[in-house]
Amino acid sequence: MNMILSLVIGIVFATGVYCLLRRSLMRLIVGIILLGQAANLAVFTAGGLTVGAPALVGEGAQVPAVGAADPLPQALVLTAIVIGFGLTVFAVTLIHRARETTGNDDVDAFNRTDAV
Amino acid sequence: MSDSTLLFLQLIVPVTTALACLAFRSSPRFQQVLGVTGSALGLVVAAWLLMRVDTGVGIVVAQAGGWEAPFGISIVADRLAAGMVAVSALIGFVVVIYSLRGLRDGELGAEYLPLYSLLILGVQGAFLTGDLFNLYVWFEVMLVASFVLLTIGNKAVQLEGALKYVMLNIIGSALFLVGAGLVYGKIGTLNLADIAVRLADPEQAEVLHTSGILLLVAFGLKAGLFPFFFWLPSSYHTPRVAVSAVFAGLLTKVGVYALIRTYTLFFAGKFADLQGLMMWLAAGTMIAGVLGAAAHFEFRKILSFHIISQIGYMVMGLALMTPLALTASLFYLGHHIVVKTNLFLVGGIVQHLRGTGDLARLGGLARGMPWLAVLFFVPAFSLAGIPPLSGFWAKLGIVKAGLEYEAWALTITALAVGSLTLFSMTKIWMEVFWKDAPEDANTNNKPVDGRLWPLVLPCVVLGSITLWIGFAGGDMLMFATRAAEQLLNPEIYIEAVLGPGRVGS
Repeated sequence: MNMILSLVIGIVFATGVYCLLRRSLMRLIVGIILLGQAANLAVFTAGGLTVGAPALVGEGAQVPAVGAADPLPQALVLTAIVIGFGLTVFAVTLIHRARETTGNDDVDAFNRTDAV
Repeated sequence: MSDSTLLFLQLIVPVTTALACLAFRSSPRFQQVLGVTGSALGLVVAAWLLMRVDTGVGIVVAQAGGWEAPFGISIVADRLAAGMVAVSALIGFVVVIYSLRGLRDGELGAEYLPLYSLLILGVQGAFLTGDLFNLYVWFEVMLVASFVLLTIGNKAVQLEGALKYVMLNIIGSALFLVGAGLVYGKIGTLNLADIAVRLADPEQAEVLHTSGILLLVAFGLKAGLFPFFFWLPSSYHTPRVAVSAVFAGLLTKVGVYALIRTYTLFFAGKFADLQGLMMWLAAGTMIAGVLGAAAHFEFRKILSFHIISQIGYMVMGLALMTPLALTASLFYLGHHIVVKTNLFLVGGIVQHLRGTGDLARLGGLARGMPWLAVLFFVPAFSLAGIPPLSGFWAKLGIVKAGLEYEAWALTITALAVGSLTLFSMTKIWMEVFWKDAPEDANTNNKPVDGRLWPLVLPCVVLGSITLWIGFAGGDMLMFATRAAEQLLNPEIYIEAVLGPGRVGS
């Protein structure tokens, strides 16, 4: 399972980077989203994968059973997903506005702020 | 009041200010009163905290929600953090005064003050947190607020600048997240002090070849390090002046702070592996920044490139990692925040009066407005390192540390970059103040009326501080020395957070 997820993370990262290197604004946003998701998956996987052992304290016990899932990575990923969602929504709106004002989807058209 | 209450208060003040400003956005006058009061209160609390930390206990720790470290989130103010919080509160206060004019003219909307307070909250939270993931969250608080502030005005050029800023910073955040996640996956803790304890074990330290580099890239991107700085000069000259001034003063410094914090605290054991790389990055940052500044011909663009080259000096201090180098680096950090914010503010006054920031279309201001020339002269030539202004002492410390370390190439780079900085500062001076105004220029100045005071007062305050650091900076230097001592002995930090007896266990 670890192996499969690692490969998936690698593929998602690679796809994200590929999209970021394209010249279209639309691909840029897809790249950002993929990169964020890959990061979330990486945190989740690095936190350790467990099957069928929820992080719940059994009746009468004080602590979860040995081998139960670690709830912290899940909480971290949850936080990261929410933040990532907010950032993505802002980025999408920004790209939409930028396209409206310049009427162009080509990243190369956005070179005014760097001109000497 | 107990010390830990003070820590929480430091974060509660800006968040309350933000909420209050949001609630009263329909009555601008009252909102402005709230904004100024909130920032002033923040400054008072920060000064108090700094005093408590420096003269009293040396380090103040609070555990959020009463959860004992390392299980909860620790909030820690050592000398570095308290000093940074104090400087950021000062900048927060003076820039809010500066914004009053923009708010009155309607350049800044009703959303400005709430977002501004949240930005300050994010910056101060990042300085005070003692938890790696919490640091990520504070970075995001700061980023989201900065995204919106950057686009106030909605002009095409602002959207373009924001686009570059947003994209590169989101990538940086993703890398930060992966770096933090890998640290947790390998050693099972996110508390900075606890990470430091566990990484003292050389077997565990290997993880840092991955996480250390990921965090270096993530923080380097926020700090504007070479080769990750491209978002900075393409966005900092586009927003409203007050916004770019507070960005220029504070945001990149949070990245530098994070680098100093992580590399002195828990990457210290493996620092030798990365030292060479960091020296190269510092040299590249200095050179790239100063060459960009030499090439450009627009007020705020030149200043933006100077931020980058100055970041190079601070990172050079960190890369050398001797007590003197680190002291000089911290001194540089404090001096730079004050000077750089001031320069952007003065540039804003010029732009306000003449309606342009293009050097070719400006001129004659030294004769027309000598007071403005003086306001510019102090920070500009302090940045360039002319004695006895504050920048000279900062550069002197860095160069001396470089010579003591016998890092010849790096030191020569620093000196050469220093003279090029002087060149491009002289360029602004000659073009804007010294030469006669060009014939086609808009020389009928806007009247210098009494309403200009919100723009001028912050520059006077910051300029006086620069002069004070220059002529009587001994106190600040001693403080930087004490802060550096604390950083070079991480067991002080670890013991304060985790309690005695954990070091080396």
